[in-house]
Amino acid sequence: MKTIRSSDITPESMYLSRRRFLKSAIVTAGAAVLTACAPGLVTEPQATQIAPTSPPETGQGLADELGDRATSFTDITTYNNFYEFTTEKTEVARISQELITSPWEVSVGGLVNKPQTFDLNDLIMKFTQEERIYRMRCVEGWSMVIPWLGFPLNKLLAEVEPNSDAKYVRFESLYDPAQMPGQNAKWFPWPYVEGLRLDEAMNNLTVLATGIYGKNLLPQNGAPIRLVVPWKYGFKSIKSIIKIDLVDKMPTSSWMETAPREYGFYSNVNPDVDHPRWSQNTERRIGEVKRRETLFLNGYEDQTGDLYTGMDLRANY
Amino acid sequence: MLRPRVFSPFQLFIHAASWIPLILLLINFLGGTLTANPIQEIEQRTGQYAVIWLLLSLACTPVHTVFRFHPALKVRRALGLYAFLYAALHFLTFVFLDYGFDLGLIWRSISNKPFIIVGALALLILLALALTSTQKAMRQMKTRWKTLHRMAYVAGGLAVLHYIWAVKTDLRLPLIYAAILFTLLILRLPIIRRRFLKRDSFKIKNQ
Repeated sequence: MKTIRSSDITPESMYLSRRRFLKSAIVTAGAAVLTACAPGLVTEPQATQIAPTSPPETGQGLADELGDRATSFTDITTYNNFYEFTTEKTEVARISQELITSPWEVSVGGLVNKPQTFDLNDLIMKFTQEERIYRMRCVEGWSMVIPWLGFPLNKLLAEVEPNSDAKYVRFESLYDPAQMPGQNAKWFPWPYVEGLRLDEAMNNLTVLATGIYGKNLLPQNGAPIRLVVPWKYGFKSIKSIIKIDLVDKMPTSSWMETAPREYGFYSNVNPDVDHPRWSQNTERRIGEVKRRETLFLNGYEDQTGDLYTGMDLRANY
Repeated sequence: MLRPRVFSPFQLFIHAASWIPLILLLINFLGGTLTANPIQEIEQRTGQYAVIWLLLSLACTPVHTVFRFHPALKVRRALGLYAFLYAALHFLTFVFLDYGFDLGLIWRSISNKPFIIVGALALLILLALALTSTQKAMRQMKTRWKTLHRMAYVAGGLAVLHYIWAVKTDLRLPLIYAAILFTLLILRLPIIRRRFLKRDSFKIKNQ
């Protein structure tokens, strides 16, 4: 059975206009400065609020802390890199629709005191689902602004208590070629594996997302649960996670295995460190015509810069 | 007859087929169905068509050699010109749509990025071939014309390399193109070609 969330019983259009309503209320209250100080950390509003409807497609009223408007729901859900289904971005939505995401379990173990397997519904009940409006920069040179719903990974990790040997976190996606036809392709090392250093995983920006625009994640976006690490290239934000392990050695991600010279463990967004074959100076925000300058750590330097003090980011790409 | 004034049905077919991708692109553009990232879509499609039409043009002579299919030779030039058309559109999309004619930005993106330079070289070759594609140029340049137009193979190699370097990781399609190009080149080797020609007791000239 699916969990009913506040957002599930609210049409998206209402959800958006409600957001706008709340925003204006906040401005009236003179508390706008406070929201600006907590970028992207606005909590889910109450579902009881009723406001006039407005077109949902524009993402009006939703913006990241830099003031950039959220990408439309349609674009977020029809332009996807999810090689488990196909390498054709516009085909992922169609091919992935049948993915069974309930029941779903995530096992969390490895170098921890309390290894556990969580039912997805329990995870959603256990941790408050927060809205995080994050920029997503793809290594291919395009980007989106996505209103995620999820919870910080550090809350889950606290639950299993990593022991003192744990230095890294290793994530694994579902491997099921019957449901994921792209996994029949031999050129990619399935299952998809990603990793973070423990301090990166503990950072407050790192979330496990379960929704977009207040709705449950759709299969093409990594349903039912996925990682979001907004200061790293999109491929680090592994989708449809079934396994999280605390480990002592740096995990080899699928992309490192596929092309070690091109994709490193860190894969931080960095305009000064080019992909060996193409420049990372600029990006195209989906929905815009003119290219934008790419920001160091995707604009999250204040929150994440300390993680890399003294590190050569050119060598640790 | 050097200058056919009336198109054969096969030629008409080739011309019509060569415009279809461009018409579809325009229809998709006007209908707003060029994915969430339309500029990249235009860039990738035109690039793709340029490579395909270049390979088709390069296939004409081998198809004639192997299958004795004479009409192939009559469309070789047209296919090459369409390859140039799509390559030019690809280039213009890159310069104007993608980079908004921001030369500084373009320079930052291409200096030390060989895949773009390789693509530009292929385009320059195609430009030279397009400019010398007339009967008049053929007559004036005599034997040098043939030497110059063999550069079409170099352009093909550069274009495929450009494609291989540009894709993220899934090399299947560009490698198929590379294999086709390689096969076409093999079939053009004099020693191979002569064997086919001899088979049909065809007088060996030109090569």
